[in-house]
Amino acid sequence: MTQLIQLIQEALAFGTVILFGAIGELLTEKSGNLNLGTPGIMYLGGIAGLVGAFFYEAAAGAAASPVMGVLISLVCAFVVAGLGGLIYSFLTISLRANQNVTGLTLTIFGSGVANFLGGSLNKLAGGVGQISIAVTSSGYRAATGLENLGFVGNILFSYGFLVYLAIVIAIVASFFLNRTRAGLNLRSVGENPGTADAAGISVAKNKYLATCIGAGVSGLGGLFYVMDYTKGTWANDGGIERLGWLAVALVIFATWKPVKAIWGSYLFGVLFWMYLYIPGLTRSSQELFKMLPYVVTIIVLIVVSIRKKRENNPPESLGLAYFREER
Amino acid sequence: MSSPKKETRAPLMRISKRAQISTPKAWGIRACALLLSLLVSGLVIYAIVKLNPIKIYVSMFEGAFGTTRRSWSTIRDAMMLLCIGIGLAPAFKMRFWNIGAEGQIQVGGIVTAACMIYFGNSLPPLALFIVMLAASVAAGAVWGLFPAFFKARWGTNETLFTLMMNYVAIQLTSFCVSIWENPAGSGNIGVINQNTQAGWFPPVFGQAYGLNVIIVLTLAVAMYVYMRYTKQGYEIAVVGSSENTARYAGISVKKVYLRTMAISGAICGVAGFVAVSGASHTISVSTAGGQGFTAIIVAWLAKFNTFTMIIIAFLLVFLEKGAVEIASAYNLNDYASSIITGIILFFILGSEFFINYRLIFRRREKKEVSAA
Repeated sequence: MTQLIQLIQEALAFGTVILFGAIGELLTEKSGNLNLGTPGIMYLGGIAGLVGAFFYEAAAGAAASPVMGVLISLVCAFVVAGLGGLIYSFLTISLRANQNVTGLTLTIFGSGVANFLGGSLNKLAGGVGQISIAVTSSGYRAATGLENLGFVGNILFSYGFLVYLAIVIAIVASFFLNRTRAGLNLRSVGENPGTADAAGISVAKNKYLATCIGAGVSGLGGLFYVMDYTKGTWANDGGIERLGWLAVALVIFATWKPVKAIWGSYLFGVLFWMYLYIPGLTRSSQELFKMLPYVVTIIVLIVVSIRKKRENNPPESLGLAYFREER
Repeated sequence: MSSPKKETRAPLMRISKRAQISTPKAWGIRACALLLSLLVSGLVIYAIVKLNPIKIYVSMFEGAFGTTRRSWSTIRDAMMLLCIGIGLAPAFKMRFWNIGAEGQIQVGGIVTAACMIYFGNSLPPLALFIVMLAASVAAGAVWGLFPAFFKARWGTNETLFTLMMNYVAIQLTSFCVSIWENPAGSGNIGVINQNTQAGWFPPVFGQAYGLNVIIVLTLAVAMYVYMRYTKQGYEIAVVGSSENTARYAGISVKKVYLRTMAISGAICGVAGFVAVSGASHTISVSTAGGQGFTAIIVAWLAKFNTFTMIIIAFLLVFLEKGAVEIASAYNLNDYASSIITGIILFFILGSEFFINYRLIFRRREKKEVSAA
């Protein structure tokens, strides 16, 4: 029983990282931009939060409060990740560069910035050893206070606030896309920018906004990874990059529907951690079990493409730059 | 005397597509972008380490070409990157987003390592060499054919399919590493056949990496000819620019997908072979080490011209080696190279816009009056 609870808790924490990433990417893709820079953007968000908290705690010293640390790092993560989205937007929307190549470059750039700063921040600031942002991290991991309600409390209420924020953002995104006029405009830009343009909807504005805000949301995934998932430390192990790609895959898994992404992300989490809870696995067979989330993603990709339901299709103009004179 | 008809004025600037651009002008624009990006990278470096950027570029050059040994390691890495780029070129020309080079390299490396371990002492060198080459070609091709089959049959999204295949290949590598690990419990397999050197590339012209260069440059020439002068190469170009046109012209799009991805995967598999047998003599989860992604950019920026790729591959490896040198000299970590690479690529990607489009600024209204 405790093992099951542990698995669910780990799955939810894992799922939250990729849920943030996926919702951000989903918003971006709805505008017709396929941003393969999501891992890089999550890196940027993670490191920005870390740097923000690091300097705040260094400046405030013993007086550092978790609330301020959380606020500062949250804003830093969202803004810097959004700036990453802005680079991507400027290149692909204004300069009409190829989206896939730009996205991959952004991933290289973002992981470079993050791993560089994460690895040498302490040295640059004149300290020694690992970065420690214990105060801020504790703010992120402060549970709801209901976690002692036995089994239910353990499973539902034992997490930091970002876990719940991810669910809220997913539901808000779903409402925004399906129930508001602005969401309809955004979807029309992603489906057919020519028609949207003719109807007086600004294609560039919608794409810029969706991509930058989407990037900001994705960045929170990186922030959660740093603050909660790895408990306020940094390791140059490519962890965020793996999860970032899974977030991109989750968008397809969820067939571009935010609410579906919620349970999809937790399912990925279960698949990812399952190998620890299957008795009798040797170390080498564990490695094979770790393939599961990727294999399942591939199977889902195939099934979705075979079923070819109209409502499961990607936005029609996904991956294409829009140039008004090109008809 | 402001005019009330503000809304009727032409926009400040607009863009229009260029019909064509002369080659020198296009390369001039790219060179400008490169210079600008070096300037910006220099500023970034300056902001971090507070050192004269020019000095830093000099020490970067030292890091890449300072000694014969360093030059050869630069050449070795550039050849590796070039090899992958050559593999990716036909796939990308066909607009098949093969993000899975990492995985194709890994499986090529795994089978090469397997051959070295299991046949290293039983086969004569030439036979072993041929077996390793054939095995890596086959493994890479199979890894490439998987996503191609589903793309051809059901239109399955190949970008994510190939991406996920990378991680499957990486887990497969950790699985093999845990079986072959040496010494047991170390988590890696060390140098294979350290004493016998069975399955290692023999030195050519006295250079350990001579054979790497020969293999990769041969591939470069072959791929250039294949894409430019053969019927199959032409079919790739047609499918890439318009599937419907290809179908109308009687080209079997499915067949082209499968054939091209088999070739693409096979060459990436060979890259794995070269990496294991010709360079590291071991296999680990970082054998591909992100080069499968970097090579996409190499292939794309070179417009799939394998000779242009040589220049770009060298540029990127030079930056990486240089950044590693700076990093160790100033006690920073070598991810600085990814930052610089990223900045330079952003600029080069952006410069393509000025090659394909031109900006037309609004003329002053006064001028129009005087002209009329």
